[in-house]
Amino acid sequence: MLEIKNLVVQIEDKRILNGLNLTVNNGEVAAIMGPNGSGKSTLSYVIAGKEDYEVLDGEILLDGQNVLEMEPDARAAAGIFLAFQYPLEIPGVASMTFLKAALNAQRKARGEDELTTPDFIKRVNAAATQLEIPKDMLKRALNVGFSGGEKKRMEILQMALLQPTFCILDETDSGLDIDALRIVSEGVNALRSPDRSFLVITHYQRLLNHIVPDTVHVMSAGRIVKSGGKELALELEANGYADYRESEAA
Amino acid sequence: MPAVQETIDQVRSIDVDQYKYGFETEVEMEKAPKGLSEDVIRFISAKKGEPEWMLQWRLDAYKRWLTMREPNWARVSYDKVDYNDIYYYAAPKKNPAPKSLDEVDPEILKTYEKLGIPLREQEILAGVEPQNRVAVDAVFDSVSVATTFKEELKKAGVIFMPISEAIREYPDLVKQYLGSVVPVTDNFFATLNSAVFTDGSFVYIPPGVRCPMELSTYFRINEKNTGQFERTLIIADKGSYVSYLEGCTAPKRDENQLHAAVVELIALDDAEIKYSTVQNWYPGDSEGRGGIYNFVTKRGDCRGKNSVITWTQVETGSAITWKYPSCILRGDNSRGEFYSIAVSNGKQQVDSGTKMIHLGKNTTSRIISKGIAAGKSDNTYRGLVSAHRKATGARNFTNCDSLLIGNECGAHTVPYIESKNATAVFEHEATTSKISEDQMFYCQQRGLSEEEATALIVNGFVKDVLQQLPMEFAVEAQKLISISLEGSVG
Ligand SMILES: Nc1ncnc2c1ncn2[C@@H]1O[C@H](COP(=O)(O)OP(=O)(O)OP(=O)(O)O)[C@@H](O)[C@H]1O
Ligand SMILES: [Mg+2]
Repeated sequence: MLEIKNLVVQIEDKRILNGLNLTVNNGEVAAIMGPNGSGKSTLSYVIAGKEDYEVLDGEILLDGQNVLEMEPDARAAAGIFLAFQYPLEIPGVASMTFLKAALNAQRKARGEDELTTPDFIKRVNAAATQLEIPKDMLKRALNVGFSGGEKKRMEILQMALLQPTFCILDETDSGLDIDALRIVSEGVNALRSPDRSFLVITHYQRLLNHIVPDTVHVMSAGRIVKSGGKELALELEANGYADYRESEAA
Repeated sequence: MPAVQETIDQVRSIDVDQYKYGFETEVEMEKAPKGLSEDVIRFISAKKGEPEWMLQWRLDAYKRWLTMREPNWARVSYDKVDYNDIYYYAAPKKNPAPKSLDEVDPEILKTYEKLGIPLREQEILAGVEPQNRVAVDAVFDSVSVATTFKEELKKAGVIFMPISEAIREYPDLVKQYLGSVVPVTDNFFATLNSAVFTDGSFVYIPPGVRCPMELSTYFRINEKNTGQFERTLIIADKGSYVSYLEGCTAPKRDENQLHAAVVELIALDDAEIKYSTVQNWYPGDSEGRGGIYNFVTKRGDCRGKNSVITWTQVETGSAITWKYPSCILRGDNSRGEFYSIAVSNGKQQVDSGTKMIHLGKNTTSRIISKGIAAGKSDNTYRGLVSAHRKATGARNFTNCDSLLIGNECGAHTVPYIESKNATAVFEHEATTSKISEDQMFYCQQRGLSEEEATALIVNGFVKDVLQQLPMEFAVEAQKLISISLEGSVG
């Protein structure tokens, strides 16, 4: 379970999160929607531990453990995964090499044995097949020259391989074609389980047709301003954020 | 930004180097009197039992050297070397010319054991495929203490021995080729080396022979205040092939030590020489105290048609590096290659690169250089590509990439291009990049520590060059690069 209490965050003297409260229970899929610049990516970075952000107040607890005190790699080992809105390129490092290094680093941090190469390859191949990622792509340098959609697929492949317990998907649907959206959604749905939760950031209802959320939260000006069930997303699709923008001014 | 700040702090706080080879060996040494003079040169020549012509050659070089000035065009700065405050010859007192390993001082054997350099053929043979064997010439300060697999190589017609031995046993070959690539008068350090060189390896591969194993020389500086002036001469006769590896280390000391080597390669018609170096001389501490001055002249002559010379270097050590392994592409259709990884950290200064001199027709060359600068180091690539009037159809491709870690280091690229033939095609690419904080965060988000992430990104950066190294060496080199960069991130 992830609990965020009264989170206040700024970057370079600019306040971005303003006392944000959010709880995501085990097994829950929570969607976050909200206007551009409302702080959705910022929230995901702060949960994952990006350095540049100054946390002025509040706390983030993962199963009761204070996440804010942990290094990003320790948070990853503890089960936090972020599928980036803009995945980074790592020139010269084959995707396969990267995946293996990441998986073994996490296993080491948790005091588990490294995977043997055949075991590792079996797992990667299974995940790649499900996400319809060609094997050749795994030999290429990570994300270098990948199309926007291929990068997003690679993020989900990493998630499937690392088996995190708290998964944040930051606009994973943007850049995906119709078939890819379905394939990626199926990949995510296959990972849904009672002890894994998801925070799905998106602008569009269409992703939520595939990945049906348990809860939907509206974020505006660095706060959760409304929460509801999956029908809230449909309402937003129809009416836009006009109502909630007003709450910014208030 | 916080991450950068932390990196800087971390780099500042490296007090003890990660250098693993900094131990000293206690052996009684015999030395020439300190300083440089005709007498010292006579002393060295006599110790080596050299013929008169060799002594004359040295003395001529010395006279010439006295009229020369130390070059100052490289982008390095260092305290002046006092050439009279150096020992030019140091050899183990007990048996300086051992006939077999049993005669070698056990302390010295232990040294190589500690360094991981196998000298006992039986041990090398155990568990190693015959084609993966490596013959070693071990040079300790001024003398070669052991050369392995000499007999077996001899059966194939290959001569592999200390150069001091070759001068006595194969004077004609040595006379014919020594100084034919790097003339005695070439440059200040090469001329100094010609006067005082002490040991190094000699290799001759007869026509049509593919050398049955990798050859290598391992240089160790041990003695204080002693310079190492090795001389290596490799001749690949028509249609032959040899791959040669060179490694080197030195103890940690507060004073600087001078290493001024000369390496000459000669490839005749259709011959190929691959020369790889893993240079790991003591780099000095984080304050820039101590470390080796590595002033080296390495040059290969593709003398015959269709000949090939490849230089591959992984440079992680030395306080100052001044080194430009070059190829003279004399034979028609000959090819020169230069693959380099130069890592600098702390206060190291590297000025390194290559020269590709196209003289023959349809000669080609390829330069791939990867410079990695961390800490407060300076890393310069300096390269010359030239085409002579007659070098019709000359082609070069150059790619120089620099990677910066932190904000206090520098990377510089200084390419010179001279073409006197209109048909020559020279391509040059250069990039400078930094490991971005976003890349770091991405890797850490996947579970990698900052150090693991840096190592991974750096490995990706140098991949094209590592692939050129013999397999075992590549793994070693990869480890070495990570060690050299340890402590360069927070
Ligand atoms: N380094 C920074 N310096 C200053 N402002 C920043 C910085 N990073 C983010 N911001 C600002 O913080 C606000 C929130 O950005 P964030 O990326 O979290 O929005 P978002 O909700 O993810 O938007 P989108 O829907 O467009 O992805 C924006 O106004 C952005 O310009
Ligand atoms: Mg965003």
